[in-house]
Amino acid sequence: MSDLPDHMQPEEDVVPESGNSPAQSVTAEYPQDGKRFSVGIDLGTTHCVLSYADLDNIDDEAFLPQIMAIPQLTSPGLVEEKHQLPSFLYLAHEAELAEDSTSLPWVAKPDYLLGEIARNLGSKTPIRLVSSAKSWLCHAGVDCKAPILPAEAPDEVKRVSPFLATTAYLQHLRDAWQSLHPNAPLDQQDVVITVPASFDPAARELTVEAARAVGLGQAILLEEPQAALYSWIEKSHGDWRKHAEVGDIILVIDIGGGTTDLSLIAVTEKDGNLELTRVAVGDHILLGGDNMDLALAYTVKAKLEKDGKRLEPWQIQALTHSCRDAKEKIFNNSEVDNIPLVVASRGSSLIGGTLRTELTRDEVSRVLVEGFLPQVAVSDRPVSRPRTGLRTAGLPYAQDAAITRHLAAFLSKQQGATDELKDINLPEHASFLHPTAVLFNGGVLKAEALAERLMDVLNSWLSAEQAPEARLLAGADLDLAVARGAAYYGYVRKGKGVRIKGGTAASYYVGIESAMPAVPGMAPEIQALCIAPFGMEEGTQQELPDDEFGLVIGEPVRFRFFASHTRREDKVGTRLDYWTNDELDELDEIEITLPEEGRRPGEVVPVHLCAAVTEVGTLELQAVSQKDQSRWKIEFDVRAG
Amino acid sequence: MNTYAIDLSLKPTTFDLWHVCLAGTVALLSLILIVLLLSLVIGQIRCRKKSASLQAPPAPEPVVKIVEVEKLVQAPAPEPVVLKEATPDAALQLLGLLQKEARFIDFIKEDIAAFSDADIGVAARVVHEGCNKAINEHFTLATVRNEQEGSKITLPQGFDAAAVRLTGNIVGAAPFTGTLVHKGWQVIGIRLPKLTAGHNAAIVAPAEVEL
Repeated sequence: MSDLPDHMQPEEDVVPESGNSPAQSVTAEYPQDGKRFSVGIDLGTTHCVLSYADLDNIDDEAFLPQIMAIPQLTSPGLVEEKHQLPSFLYLAHEAELAEDSTSLPWVAKPDYLLGEIARNLGSKTPIRLVSSAKSWLCHAGVDCKAPILPAEAPDEVKRVSPFLATTAYLQHLRDAWQSLHPNAPLDQQDVVITVPASFDPAARELTVEAARAVGLGQAILLEEPQAALYSWIEKSHGDWRKHAEVGDIILVIDIGGGTTDLSLIAVTEKDGNLELTRVAVGDHILLGGDNMDLALAYTVKAKLEKDGKRLEPWQIQALTHSCRDAKEKIFNNSEVDNIPLVVASRGSSLIGGTLRTELTRDEVSRVLVEGFLPQVAVSDRPVSRPRTGLRTAGLPYAQDAAITRHLAAFLSKQQGATDELKDINLPEHASFLHPTAVLFNGGVLKAEALAERLMDVLNSWLSAEQAPEARLLAGADLDLAVARGAAYYGYVRKGKGVRIKGGTAASYYVGIESAMPAVPGMAPEIQALCIAPFGMEEGTQQELPDDEFGLVIGEPVRFRFFASHTRREDKVGTRLDYWTNDELDELDEIEITLPEEGRRPGEVVPVHLCAAVTEVGTLELQAVSQKDQSRWKIEFDVRAG
Repeated sequence: MNTYAIDLSLKPTTFDLWHVCLAGTVALLSLILIVLLLSLVIGQIRCRKKSASLQAPPAPEPVVKIVEVEKLVQAPAPEPVVLKEATPDAALQLLGLLQKEARFIDFIKEDIAAFSDADIGVAARVVHEGCNKAINEHFTLATVRNEQEGSKITLPQGFDAAAVRLTGNIVGAAPFTGTLVHKGWQVIGIRLPKLTAGHNAAIVAPAEVEL
């Protein structure tokens, strides 16, 4: 996840090699099918970043990930190379753009406009702009392969699906790679794609499917907070062991442009070596830097309206842009107390119609620091208003903007996350899990005022329970860490460096009706049957042999599907009769259809369930026939209908 | 009114001053013509000799300019002066970028006489901020000299006269010691966008029509 201001300056040391430099000369010595690069793709909500490193000279000291400059249209007719590809897609009207003004180095007329040009055109024509496609992927209740975006588009606009948008971003990255490394096709490299830790199995599956759709069938998934930690480890060049010790609990706080992601990673010891285990992940919180810029813009708008000035939507848009820049200036210069904001008129007369106001340090700290990171108690919880009955189709944005309250809820909920690790001892009286170290990620936390406040709040909770203060792990590159860490993960998978143990971030259950006499007017009681335990490692599988389900041939059968981020002790086959809302989250239903394959339609086949975590990092559920051991895949993506 | 008759049989009987002058001018002009023709021929021969030894391009551009021919007489066989033609695309592109980010053309084309300094100041912020962004994004700038402006610096022999300009009391020989008045700017990196085939760079700002 990365949120970088537009004027970010590429650094000299990461400028990619041009098409005819080492890539080509080296290939002469290597077979075409030889894997040479570890490629990390940060498929962010607001930006995509691609990082890569040479795998030929595997040597801890020499691991130097580079950031690919991605050629993209910035406005009609202009192609520029930028380190980030904004995750926006624009569905242009056929009369909107001149002929031949949308070509890219690898295609004369791309199907969709994406990147900087999409964001620029979309800022003036929002009805044709697809944004935040990634957040839709894990939005329960929508069919991610149905053309639903942009949600506000008139009927005439041919909409696209969140899945297709994701595919388009990946395709752009693949084509950009191909044009820069013509002799090292991306489908022959080690590719790691990052996903939020809070992505549910269906969203992970969709991401892998999108990668497969552009020929990257070999891509594997990595959780973003883990990637951030890998990047920190890689940047420390082996020094990380001095900064982390046995018994540490590292809290990774990733505040990106559109989402906030929380993870806990424990440091333990095994045979004298430090081990890292991801013990908990937070919920998918749709709250990030964009909310902050918008909040500032509305504060300024209110101030202007008090003076009797009415603002048009385009002016608010422009105001949001200038608020973002002004905010960064105020945060970065302690002596600046107010920044003038200017919204120029749209016409060619610049001087007459220009609107002027200013943003003060007080406003910034009131709106951002107090609004998004209020000093709350660890017992506070995010406020949630009951949703109004008729909600327009949209993303489930976080209702409470206070990130500290979300953090409090997360740490309290995960109090028992380290119970099974003997190296980690939480005091008896602890009311929440005590992190001992914090790693930041995401552009928002570049602002020192915000980072400091977050640490202050966390440390105030810790000192209230007589726990030592958490320390900040320094040296992280907040914008590009996820992509860099993903590239480093490809290298870790070659057996180098330390690997974070993770496995599934939740335990999974199917709902089955309990056998009891029907009571009129009462829905039958549901039991949750555990089919995959917490922390299942990649490449393992667990079978549930005893519980037989009867599946009807030729008819789709659906199960209710649940996940728990807190029940770590449940084994496969555990049945829950009762659970609280906090413990189990209901996901979308899963579906299985048994093909007829020579059987009689309507016949009932007894099966048992088998859960496997693939090497790629996705969860796979199968129904296995008792008789002939044939297997059928259970689909996650049945959100339609 | 006087009338002039033309009679070609008449012969002058006296050489007055006017006629002497006329004869002198004719002689001078014919002398110059001979010299010019001679030098042209000599130049041609030398050129041919040179191009023959290089086995290279045919006779230069059409008749260059008389001025250059005269130069040939003074300094035999100089290199033909080739002035670089600036490509308009890059210039147009820069104008387009400055307009997009900074409303540069809008600002320059507006008549600012009627506005107060405060109003112009507000607009100048837009222009300054945008230009800053556009320039930083597409160019990497560095100073030519890193010394403090106003300090004394010494230029060794063979300094780059294109990068450092001498002014004032220029006498003597290098090394020169003087005061650094302006530290100079140089572009050390340039990242201009590439243009697609259908892009008309002359449109530095398209007209905008809201539907």
